[in-house]
Amino acid sequence: MISKFLLSGDTPRSKVLAALLVLIVLGLALTPFIFPGAKSLNVAAKICIFVVLVASFDLMLGYTGIFSFAHTMFFGIGAYGVAIALTHLPPKWGSVGIGVAGALAVSILLSLVVGLFSLRVKAMFFAMITLAVATAFQTLASQMSDITGGEDGLTFKVPELISPAFQLREQPFLGVTLDGRIIGFYLLLVAVVVLFLVMLRIVNSPFGRVLQAIRENAFRAEALGYRTVVYRTWTNVLSAVFATLAGCLLALWLRYNGPDTTLSFAIMMDILLMVVIGGMGTLYGSVVGATIFILAENYLQDLMKVGSTAFAKIPVLKDLVHPDRWLLWLGILFIVGIYKFPLGIVGKLRMRLKKAAA
Amino acid sequence: MTAPSTPAPGMDALPKVRKDFVPLFLIPAIALLALPFISPSTWLTLTFAGLAMGMILFILSSGLTLIFGLMDVLNFGHGVFISVGAFIATTIIGTAAGWSDSESLLRNLGIVLPAMLGAMALTALLGLIFERVIIRPVYGQPLKQIMITMGGMIVGQELIKVLWGPQAIPLLLPGGMRGSILLGEAAIEKYRVVAVVIGLAVFAAMMWVMTRTKLGLLIRAGVHDREMVESMGYRIRRLFIGVFVAGSALAGLGGVMWGLYQQSVVAEMGGAVNVLLFIVIIIGGLGSVGGCFLGSMLVGLVANYVGFLAPKVALFSNIGLMVIVLLWRPQGLYAVGKQ
Repeated sequence: MISKFLLSGDTPRSKVLAALLVLIVLGLALTPFIFPGAKSLNVAAKICIFVVLVASFDLMLGYTGIFSFAHTMFFGIGAYGVAIALTHLPPKWGSVGIGVAGALAVSILLSLVVGLFSLRVKAMFFAMITLAVATAFQTLASQMSDITGGEDGLTFKVPELISPAFQLREQPFLGVTLDGRIIGFYLLLVAVVVLFLVMLRIVNSPFGRVLQAIRENAFRAEALGYRTVVYRTWTNVLSAVFATLAGCLLALWLRYNGPDTTLSFAIMMDILLMVVIGGMGTLYGSVVGATIFILAENYLQDLMKVGSTAFAKIPVLKDLVHPDRWLLWLGILFIVGIYKFPLGIVGKLRMRLKKAAA
Repeated sequence: MTAPSTPAPGMDALPKVRKDFVPLFLIPAIALLALPFISPSTWLTLTFAGLAMGMILFILSSGLTLIFGLMDVLNFGHGVFISVGAFIATTIIGTAAGWSDSESLLRNLGIVLPAMLGAMALTALLGLIFERVIIRPVYGQPLKQIMITMGGMIVGQELIKVLWGPQAIPLLLPGGMRGSILLGEAAIEKYRVVAVVIGLAVFAAMMWVMTRTKLGLLIRAGVHDREMVESMGYRIRRLFIGVFVAGSALAGLGGVMWGLYQQSVVAEMGGAVNVLLFIVIIIGGLGSVGGCFLGSMLVGLVANYVGFLAPKVALFSNIGLMVIVLLWRPQGLYAVGKQ
């Protein structure tokens, strides 16, 4: 029942993975109660948003075999859409709607143009063109300071229901004050779950099967009568739409948006790492990857701080474990991951199941 | 084996490759197009600046285009060689600051040339390692290649920060290359003349190798049809390693020049210029050295003209240029072989 309607028949297919997923979902849902405090709530919200963002990237990379550098651009368009709308209009849900609609329109148009222009050719070509477009967009966003706030970004008010000052009721519930942040978090969680299930529905539809056929052998898919360029373009647009929505959610959560929070190249690298760690070609991978990565991002730097003070006397080693160099270690992890575990954690877990069955 | 001294009958009937000169006219066309909007002396300054920037772009990108043409490998980590080259130059020039600051051009060259050669040698070595560790395991898998080379670039950039520190390091022009020459009212920076001279020398040497030597013949044949060259008994893999190493060394040389051009170096400088390089090689036609040269000049000129007229859209102007060129010739200015 649940498996058929909610998960679209695409179950985790591994007991360990299923347990892990349940643990992550429960952990996220109960964060305000188990781990009280602003930081843990922020980490949980970031995990939720990145699950959508990474899943939408996997729609292209893992399911269709297209590599795009423009994913953060669409993420940024979503965030800027909401940010610009709420800066100029009163903080009402209607203004949020206008911002989201505007951002979606821009994203769809842009992804359609980029897709039609460059998806006919090799994967490399598409990667190069999206890199160029994304870089240009980033420069534009930081230079048009009248509209986007430039490097400083935009800070704005959100609708009253989810603003920190709002209180649902006076008495705390299970020791937690039900303020706007908590309500915002649960709305965010609901939105993320819905978006994730919609994506799961898409990849398990006949359309999704064609995408996987294109990934495996584009030539054969074309020979079977599927117009690959049409399917690829649609994936590009769909993926852009979900990335845009993730951006909208991020802007609403942070009540701020700037080039570094959504457009920067570092975020593109983060998404890539999460996809690879979790496992390409499976949406559950995005849940696992995003959770592990974001927890590590907070945890690894603390660990490196310890290492950095421990090795403070040794010249090069000290710099190697400096907290600012955490990207170095993630990069090495990334390269090793692609060589040794191309299927990621989810792929590894499912592989064990297959071996046991055989 | 005896080589026939006279061509076999029918050999002379082979159709000659038609030379394609149309793209060559693009450079004067663009220069003339910009003339009405800019005063003549500024125009001369900008044109020369554009050509100098184009020369540096050519040195940076020529290796990239050949590497792609030969093995379908697109190295997103190419930028790392550029940064490493520039950083090595800061170290070498730093050892003899007196020579670099002196007014005599001969003394300047005495330190800049070793810096360039040192940068080339080390980036060549780095290229050898990079090819072995990063690229060789993922031949023929484009998606993995993109990801792995990206990962390689991140690791490289971070290692630069470990070795040289995260902050920007100034790389001042040698004393004899500072300032500019006045040509009527137009001021032409001396360093740009140096850049054009070096760029032309590299271009000439490269063209000579590509068109006049057996090595060049094999490279061109490999770009055109890899399997055919392999079936003739040549080890294309070795050829590729050679091209990769040479391309990395050129990136190192270009990195030194780019660093001197910008007067300061940061670890991200290579990654930032990578985008321009991709635009250049797409415009030129992937795998074509001549196309790469033309593409570099076009991008350099357009970047300078638009940067003067409307600075905010400078990066978009290059993408616009690429779109226009691709609409006209979908494979780039000079299409090569198999794509």
